[in-house]
Amino acid sequence: MDGLDAYFGAARVVRDVSFKVQSGQVTAIIGPSGCGKSTLLRCLNRMHETVPGARVEGEVRFQGKDIYGPSVSAIGVRRHIGMVFQRPTPFPTMSIRDNVSAGLKILPRSERPSRRETEEMVERALRRTALWDEVHDRLGANATALSGGQQQRLCVARALATSPTILLLDEPTASLDPISTQRIEELVYELRAEVTIIIVTHNMQQAARISDRTAFMLSGELVEYAPTNVLFTTPRDPRTDAYVTGRFG
Amino acid sequence: MTTQSFTTQRRAAWRSYREQLAKSTARTLSRRRLVSQIMIALTFVAALVAVLPLTLITWHLLRQGASSINRDFFLHMPKPTGDAGGGMANAIVGTGVLVLIASVVGLPVGIFAGLYLAEQRGARLATGVRFLSDVLNGLPSIVLGIFAWGLLVRPFKHFSALAGGMALAAMMIPLVTRTTEEMIRLVPVSMREAALALGYTKWRTSLGIVLRTAMPGIVTGVLLAVARIAGETAPLIFTAFGNNFWSVSPFKPIAALPMQIYYYATSPYDDWHAQAWAGALVLLGLVLVISVAARFATRSRAGLGSD
Repeated sequence: MDGLDAYFGAARVVRDVSFKVQSGQVTAIIGPSGCGKSTLLRCLNRMHETVPGARVEGEVRFQGKDIYGPSVSAIGVRRHIGMVFQRPTPFPTMSIRDNVSAGLKILPRSERPSRRETEEMVERALRRTALWDEVHDRLGANATALSGGQQQRLCVARALATSPTILLLDEPTASLDPISTQRIEELVYELRAEVTIIIVTHNMQQAARISDRTAFMLSGELVEYAPTNVLFTTPRDPRTDAYVTGRFG
Repeated sequence: MTTQSFTTQRRAAWRSYREQLAKSTARTLSRRRLVSQIMIALTFVAALVAVLPLTLITWHLLRQGASSINRDFFLHMPKPTGDAGGGMANAIVGTGVLVLIASVVGLPVGIFAGLYLAEQRGARLATGVRFLSDVLNGLPSIVLGIFAWGLLVRPFKHFSALAGGMALAAMMIPLVTRTTEEMIRLVPVSMREAALALGYTKWRTSLGIVLRTAMPGIVTGVLLAVARIAGETAPLIFTAFGNNFWSVSPFKPIAALPMQIYYYATSPYDDWHAQAWAGALVLLGLVLVISVAARFATRSRAGLGSD
């Protein structure tokens, strides 16, 4: 992305951020609360603009095309760039199965998979998120019957079912216990081969554990962007150094 | 020496202060306990008085009306004056037809208006609509009857079930609109965002996810609105008008339970009075059943999740 600015009303929350995400890798965005990392993430699949009064300036190029270009629809962008939020958001009116296939059922008729294909895709998504063994015998049960960690993995499965190119994770473990957190982290680690992942976290250990590259943000600016081991061991910017060594804020 | 006496003085002062404090604390404490007990007793009496009318009404209706309720009451037509027996079959069915017409007209309008208010909560038009629907909610029902009379009775020169149904729909719309809005607002923003992030279009998010999630609550509101309009008399007097004969046509005058009760109760005949009591009991039972159904619909809302 290039020279990206994001606003809430008049407040400029993300300032002139430019960086390149490597496909097939996990990129972590770290920084203190309120530094604009979630907003930055939400700019990448055009979710930022769904907030009243919010707007975006600059370019985000995805497969060579600016996703804010005139002929690009936000809906199409979001189908290729999936997102999982801080808190689990299963649809409470749907069964586990319907939750996973929710993104498939709304595809245009020409792209919509048949019932059998849907069934297979649901199973594949649930297997990839290691949920299959836990829920395969109760796919018709309500999704709210699952535990918090299972719900969050269900949300990842739901995002994966449509085979997105990029998966955006906005502090996916913030509301989970350590064991569930570990499962999500393992999941991220395994998924990197199939899908490019960008994860926002304010847990630095998490970024260090699971990401290939890390971006450090401070008050809306991108301070440093480097391979994770470089950023955590030999940061170039003194502010990054202060933050990753815990001498900050 | 001086210091010692000073210390002794201070200690004595401190002790007397403590004693006084203890005494007054004990006094205020017992006073507070007393006030608390009086208040609890008062609220208890108020609560009792609040449910007293319902118990009295139910008991009275049961005593007066139960004897006239039999199979004939539900299955037979009213008999001419002087003939014994007969029932209110036409009025029971008439109320059903009226509620049906009101629901067919009022539910879509109310639910979609509520959806609009919830989705466009800040818009100036929404604020206006919300205020006006509150006003409509507080409007005396006889005024709504006059409105329906002017709109649907006078131009056609005859009373009709349709006019009555429309008057009831006008009562129902603001009720349904406001509950729908409230219920939709309870759906967390994160749910909406999750749907949008999956590639749902805006309208699909609204209808498929948000409205569907709020549905159990909306159903409750709808049932309560139905219970409310089923017992209305005033809007029907010069719209549906009443009918002593069997009719289910929306274009003809139609009987309704509340109106029939009114006519029978104000008549000079004893057996009609008994029938009016029975009708009132049936109406009460109807409203009770709907309210209980609403309760159950609310209970299934518990499945909505913690946030």
